[in-house]
This record gives sequence, C-alpha cells and structure tokens, in this order.
Amino acid sequence: MRATVLVRPKPGILDPQGEAVESALEHLGFAVAGARVGKVVDLELDAADEAGARAQVEQMCEQLLANPLIESYEIELYG
Amino acid sequence: MASPQPRIGVVTYLGSNDDHDALWALAALDAEAVPVWHGEEELPDLDAVVLPGGFSYGDYLRCGAIARFSPATAAVHAFAEAGGLVLGICNGFQVLCEAGLLPGALMRNESLRFVCRDVALVVERDDLPFTSRCAQGQQLVIPVKHGDGRYVPPADLDASQVVLRYLDNPNGSADDIAGVCNERGNVMGLMPHPEHAVDPLLGSADGALILASLVEAARRRALAAV
Repeated sequence: MRATVLVRPKPGILDPQGEAVESALEHLGFAVAGARVGKVVDLELDAADEAGARAQVEQMCEQLLANPLIESYEIELYG
Repeated sequence: MASPQPRIGVVTYLGSNDDHDALWALAALDAEAVPVWHGEEELPDLDAVVLPGGFSYGDYLRCGAIARFSPATAAVHAFAEAGGLVLGICNGFQVLCEAGLLPGALMRNESLRFVCRDVALVVERDDLPFTSRCAQGQQLVIPVKHGDGRYVPPADLDASQVVLRYLDNPNGSADDIAGVCNERGNVMGLMPHPEHAVDPLLGSADGALILASLVEAARRRALAAV
C-alpha cells in the first residue's frame, strides 16, 4: 500500500516561501490571491488493510513528519 | 582550595559544526569541556550539557527533527528531566524545541535569506543559570548565523520564559524573541552564538557572559555533588 502525506503550514503561520512564490507568479502575469508552500512525503507501506495503514501513517505524522505547532497534515492512501 | 572545573558536555551530531567552538569557549572559561558523540546512549558524568550549532543530520525534514531521535538526545532529555542544565545554541535550540524540552518552533527566516552578522540583544532574565553574569535590561552583542531562526511560540507561552530579545530582529521572530527557557529554568535555547563571542578579538566578548554564567552554575552543582 502507498500513502501520500501532505504537510502544510497552519493557517496564521507566516509562510515567506509562499509569499515569494505568489510574488513570482504575479511577475509572470498570473492573478494569484495567495500561495502557501508545504511538503509532500510519499510512502510505501507494509500494511494489511487501509485502517492499519492510516493508523500507522497518523503515528508517523504525529511523531515526525509534521510539527503540530506549525504544520497540519493530510493523508491519502492508495491500494 | 582551588575550585574544581565543572564538566560540561558538548554533543556532536552528524552535521554539527560549532561543537569545537563550544568546546574551546567552555575550556577558555575554565570548564572541563567534554565531547559527547551523538551515538552515546548514556552521558558521562556531567554538570551541564551544550547542544551546539550546525546542521544536524542535514537538517532534513525540519531543523532538529531527526536529531531529536539520536541516542544522545534521549540521554540529554533524561538529564534535563532530572534537573540538569542544558543550553542549546542555534541548531541546538532547534533540537530542544523539536524534542519538546523547550516550547515553540523555529522556521525559515522571514527574509528567506541566511543572516550572518552581529546582533544586539536585550537580557530579559538575569536570574537563570545561563544569565547570572548579565543584568536585566543589559544589551549584548552576539553574532547570529542561520537560515531558520524565526521563532514561533506556542499560544500559551509564558512571557517569563523569554530570556533574550533582539533589538533589531534579524529573522522575523515573534515578539523579537531570541532565546527562551523552560518553565523550570534549567533548559535554555538561543539562536545567537555566544561561543563565537568570547574574546574581544572576535568582535565581542558578550557571549562569554552567558557561557561563564553556565560554567559558574555548573561549578556550583559540581561542588554541591562532592
């Protein structure tokens, strides 16, 4: 089973990378009303079922992949 | 009777690069500076520990996030829980935050630029083992050199945990916070590098006030343990 973890700066946390990207996109002529930059972690899992996989990945996020003070995470699972 | 030299450990992670500066500065301030390898599961007999600057484990994922899981960090955690004195400098500060020994997190500088220059600081607390040689309100000049020094405090940070503030905020830290301590006051972290400012030849000796405070507090603990 594979999983993708999306890690984002939480709302209200200043994201200067997002601001730089937004400004660069505006320079290219795109109308952008906001940009936030996060991270993607792709995982290959050894899990019997989806519930087990999700539980594992949630533990990974809580313990390492995201810092709960500044980041939120979202888990996507693929068969 | 000559007072004993306190033993102060400096942890070397893979990617630490200010460990030798910290060892040198502590020795210059009359401590016995003890190198501690990151793989050590138990600390030697120490009166204080310094986590130095650098880029532990490449700073992958987030600064300090991987170092938090090294055996030496677990040992430092136990040392701090038992009341031991722990000072984290720059990357060491990031490690202490990730390890939950200090509140908050350190994020990319607001400017997105690496800053490397002297900064002026003001001392908020002079009653800690790390600042006893300073006076509240005193200004210190100590260099910073970091790309990820923007301090983000937890919503419930007690203002009394702020030890140092920037007079000219170099990284966008909330409330100009440059250094914080835990509630108990035995663990402190700061982004500026006191070990780079221990001799006037280096441009400032103000960092020695912080490190000499630590050496003095560690010496008192060594004497009390005899």
